[in-house]
Amino acid sequence: MSDMSLNSRPVSGVIGSALRSPSFMIGFLLTVLFVLAAVISFVWVPYDVTVLNIPNKLKAPSLEHWFGTDIFGRDIFSMIMVGARVSIAVALVAVGIGIVAGVPLGLLAAARHGSLLDEVIMRGNDLVFAFPALLIAIMITAVFGPGAINAIIAIGIFNIPVFARLARGAALSLWTRDYVLAARVAGKGQARISAEHILPNILNLLIVQGTIQFSLGILAEAGLAFVGLGTQPPLPSWGRMLAEHQTLYALAPQTVIFPGLAIVLTVLGLNLMGDGLRDIFDPRLRRAR
Amino acid sequence: MSLLEIEKLNLSIYGMPILRDVSLALDAGKVLGIVGESGSGKSMTAMSVMQLLPAGSEWSGHIRLDGRSLGDCSEREMCGIRGNDIGMVFQEPMTALNPVQTIGDQVAETILIHTGASKREAKAIAREALNRVGLPEDRFPLDRYPHNLSGGQRQRVVIAMAIALKPRLLIADEPTTALDVTTQAQILNLLKRLVGEDDMGLVLITHDLAVVADMADEIAIMKDGEVVESGETVALFRQMSHPYTRALFEASGHVPARKTHVVDAARAPVVRVDEVIRDYALPRTSLFSAPGHFRAVDRVSLSIARGENVGLVGESGCGKSTLTRAILALDAIQGGEIRLNGDMFSSAGSGPDRDSRRQVQVVFQDPYSSFNPRHRVDRLITEPFHLLDNPPTGAERRERIVRALTDVGLQASDADKYIHEFSGGQRQRIAIARALIIEPSLIVLDEAVSALDVSIRAQILDLLADLSDRRQVSYLFISHDLSVVRAITDRVLVMKSGRIVEEGPTEEVFLNPQHDYTKELLAATPILDVALSARERRESSRNRSEI
Repeated sequence: MSDMSLNSRPVSGVIGSALRSPSFMIGFLLTVLFVLAAVISFVWVPYDVTVLNIPNKLKAPSLEHWFGTDIFGRDIFSMIMVGARVSIAVALVAVGIGIVAGVPLGLLAAARHGSLLDEVIMRGNDLVFAFPALLIAIMITAVFGPGAINAIIAIGIFNIPVFARLARGAALSLWTRDYVLAARVAGKGQARISAEHILPNILNLLIVQGTIQFSLGILAEAGLAFVGLGTQPPLPSWGRMLAEHQTLYALAPQTVIFPGLAIVLTVLGLNLMGDGLRDIFDPRLRRAR
Repeated sequence: MSLLEIEKLNLSIYGMPILRDVSLALDAGKVLGIVGESGSGKSMTAMSVMQLLPAGSEWSGHIRLDGRSLGDCSEREMCGIRGNDIGMVFQEPMTALNPVQTIGDQVAETILIHTGASKREAKAIAREALNRVGLPEDRFPLDRYPHNLSGGQRQRVVIAMAIALKPRLLIADEPTTALDVTTQAQILNLLKRLVGEDDMGLVLITHDLAVVADMADEIAIMKDGEVVESGETVALFRQMSHPYTRALFEASGHVPARKTHVVDAARAPVVRVDEVIRDYALPRTSLFSAPGHFRAVDRVSLSIARGENVGLVGESGCGKSTLTRAILALDAIQGGEIRLNGDMFSSAGSGPDRDSRRQVQVVFQDPYSSFNPRHRVDRLITEPFHLLDNPPTGAERRERIVRALTDVGLQASDADKYIHEFSGGQRQRIAIARALIIEPSLIVLDEAVSALDVSIRAQILDLLADLSDRRQVSYLFISHDLSVVRAITDRVLVMKSGRIVEEGPTEEVFLNPQHDYTKELLAATPILDVALSARERRESSRNRSEI
């Protein structure tokens, strides 16, 4: 056991500085809050969000309806809980697509640095980057029909070059390290070196970028839903809640304030967490603090 | 009154003691050498004088420059002193200059900050400073950029910046460590000349006893934050009253005990490099013409017999690293062939197979980037097992790990540790264990002891000599440090501009060099005994003339 604690020193160092970093802790708590809301919504919500109750519409916040009700008489608190589920699911899968496709592409490009393949991969990435992301997402949903799945794919595609570039850049500097040369002298191939020596050493960068892309994914999903191309009714979505009530903000401000706050706080939380993680993973910044 | 007086300097950083009771003194026109190994506090002493200490530092004691106590100066006053009264030269000329500013602007900057000079006057002073450090106007106009200059020329620019305002004190922290020997000799001469011309005090910080023996009037030897011995150079070396001084002295001239290797001419050499060519593609100059190429290794042939230790020396850019990479089959070669134990290893257009790769392993220079920080030692040193068809498992694997670790003087229990738990010297032992574990016939040692302190270097050289005697393994020892090569090799090759210019038994080449370049290299290499006896001669003749 004593052996274990000695070897896990770098890890406990990371956790220790995480607990000492206020920005990370605030971001982490906000994120946990929304993930919890999403998870709980599967088993319990205060009110069924698919049942309309028109006579009860546009109620101000009260003990009965914590965040009030919307124009169809639905409970806004319940809708935000279920909306969190949609936002997180869309963003998570989109980031997943970006990592699963982008990181191997980036590692491959770095391993074959300077080759035609590297050139093809990176110029392909440039091509994707050159299109305005949200416009293409709108185009995809316009062609294949609106819906959560198409939104996921559209957002996911734009995550691929982000991770590919990050992975390639970080991997390139590692390829010149002596331990990678030693592995080459030991006869290991490019795929094996990438998996054993490169990937574990760029993981921290990928995690940080992942949290940032996650928040961008939530924003993108809200944007698509706002223009009616994301999740379709009756499933609630933060972006569509905003869209449906944009003309009512003077009459019933709770209908736009709460979904808006949900979006802002989730994105803020993830960004703070990403920033905190970056500081924690960078030992130079850790020492400076 | 001395120019610089340091009295009972104590320094701690975040409560950790760094310096204890350091007392030094330096007169104008003299050179004080501060010698010590890494972590001895020699750089921190310099930083205390500059008052450029890291956050969390607390110091006590007295630092006086010309009688003025630097401890009483505000940060504003210190800014006026730095660069004006105290100049500083750093180790790494490649990063000490701003790559997007011309050398003229950079030298003039110090002058503009400290004097009321106009831009034109500052330029004129900068020009004069550059002339004085041996960068004449016709070849080095002020509008040159650092990337146009070689390492030694850049270090001259750094020195010009430091001396432009004729400071009374110059601090040089390892000013020649990153340079080739011939360049080192020129820079040291330059510093010596400037000290004489400006009647300046020079604090020369170095790990190299031979350099201070030649340069310094007084020497202070530091260890663990304390000055263990100090005094006039020749007297200090004659007495060496402190055991650490003696240990340092012995370590820097250390020659490991070795058996002479009998070369069996009948057996195929371990490695035979035949007319190898290595070209680098240059950047395209035009979209339509094929890019040119630079020939880094030009028809080099060499061979190493079984159990023989061969040295390859040359200055940076001579192609020795490129040749090493070709022998390790890290890069493809463009001509010639490399054979291992008589079998084809690689030739133009074809690389080695797994079986022959097993015969050659490598130890790199930097013990800090040689290991994946996320793996334990057992996994690190067994990496070459990848080359075996049936890599050992279970108890046999464990046994071979233990054997490799004990062979290099480490403990069996070290196998479960991570690499950050080891010092530089220990890491280099682990690198040797990694190279040894599949029992190759050739180990390439690429500057393998250059990054180590002298006492650690002596231990690693002993280890290498011992392993070579016991295991009949051949070494190709690549180094810019001629004294190390002389200590450990049977035969030496001298490389220049991609070609081998001289080759022969080590002692013969060192005693009777044939090629001009070899002579030049040997003359430039500081050797402790030679430097000391030259000084003694100089001083006795001076005494005689005074009588």
